[in-house]
Amino acid sequence: MKHLSEEQLIAYQDGETAGRDTAAAHINSCAECQAELHRLAQMLAAYQALPVPDPGEDYGRRVWQQIARRLERKRSRWWQVFLEPRRLTAAGLVAALLLVAFLAGRVSKRVDHGEAALTAEQVRQRVLLLAVGEHLGRSEMVLMEIANAEPEGASVKQVNLSSQRRRAEELLDENRLYRQTALQENDTGIANVLDELERVLLDVAHSPGNVTPAQFKSIRQRIDDDGLLFKVRVLTKEIERRENTGKKGPAESGSAKVERNNRA
Amino acid sequence: MNESVESVRAADAIAIERTLAGDRDAFRVLVERHSATIFRLAYRLTGNHHDAEEIVQEAFLRAYQKLEQFASQANFATWVYRIAANYTIDRMRQRKQEDARRQAPSAEMTDDVERDPLRQVPDAAPTPERLTQSVELRRQMENALQSLTPAERTAFVMRHCDGCGIEEIAAALKSNSSAAKNTVFRAVHKLRQTLQPQFAPRATARAMGTES
Repeated sequence: MKHLSEEQLIAYQDGETAGRDTAAAHINSCAECQAELHRLAQMLAAYQALPVPDPGEDYGRRVWQQIARRLERKRSRWWQVFLEPRRLTAAGLVAALLLVAFLAGRVSKRVDHGEAALTAEQVRQRVLLLAVGEHLGRSEMVLMEIANAEPEGASVKQVNLSSQRRRAEELLDENRLYRQTALQENDTGIANVLDELERVLLDVAHSPGNVTPAQFKSIRQRIDDDGLLFKVRVLTKEIERRENTGKKGPAESGSAKVERNNRA
Repeated sequence: MNESVESVRAADAIAIERTLAGDRDAFRVLVERHSATIFRLAYRLTGNHHDAEEIVQEAFLRAYQKLEQFASQANFATWVYRIAANYTIDRMRQRKQEDARRQAPSAEMTDDVERDPLRQVPDAAPTPERLTQSVELRRQMENALQSLTPAERTAFVMRHCDGCGIEEIAAALKSNSSAAKNTVFRAVHKLRQTLQPQFAPRATARAMGTES
């Protein structure tokens, strides 16, 4: 009986599909090849069991600290993101869809009740998504300004947040409205992120225009600790995805995804 | 941290978009998310904590510089992993050439072995016999890994530790699938030969297939 070559045994161990049945039949009937395969598996297991040191929970943060200064900023400016055509048109779209929703509501009075109600519902959900997406974009801008602000030097007595404060006040009412609507829609993923966002917006809106470095640090710490900027960005992407698929999608799956991100 | 692959990719895509738009700090998300994976690969390839940390930093610096070339549909984790593997191969080759030029390989190896944290990890069941056996096995395994070329070691680690596909390995080695497959085979064969008597084939003729 011809034994399997080492190459065949390695291929078999590796899950190779070509000639697998023939190889398996031989191995089952050949004690020597079985022993050979066992030694090969042991060697691989011994290698895989070699410990690799755990770099630690905050390893990624440490790597970032080491390389951040060596990264040259890309030529574009961050605010260009907010001047992208899709964002500029979002406001116009909201207005247009509100008009469509209004008209759909009027039409529904004249035509078949069930079908028209469904259409109006879909339009309403789409309007909500667009409006929340736009709201998140503007909120993200405020959060980023705070996250990236750098009080100049140790001698700084106060940090001017009057612009962010004014916009946080404006965003707060919208945020409450969208959060309540999302709750009514059972979209807990959106509602939870908006809830966290609301707490930070409240902090900023209720702060004096000029805050002490300690107050500023506390506000920024809250944004960092909650990972709020990241959550807002993930939710924005999720909303874009839903918009692109042209449907709300299963509320549970979308919400569950954001929930997972919230926990991460 | 039970994020789904889909949500990780979505979050990565946002970070990449922002970084390319000039928000340098957005790159931080990518660094923080993927550093540990790259560290594990680099450590497996070098067996050295210090080298592994340098490779992680270099991989992300290169990824940042090449970010414009990153295809938006691709997976950033796979991409940066490949950059790290590529860079490690170049670095190990360069290191071997330098060592050969210095003609003092034994001193270098002793130093490496002494710095190797694998030797400092305590055994789970520290009876004297098992401890000796375990440390001895690790030493042998590390020596055997040193006998591989950088490409062989990379191919072996990618295949048998990280479960990478042959195509992925070929991309990291900048070769084709057939060559990558051969490289993995050569690595396993060399390791078995070096690790005699525990894991080696019974007879070297076996590589050709023999009659019993």
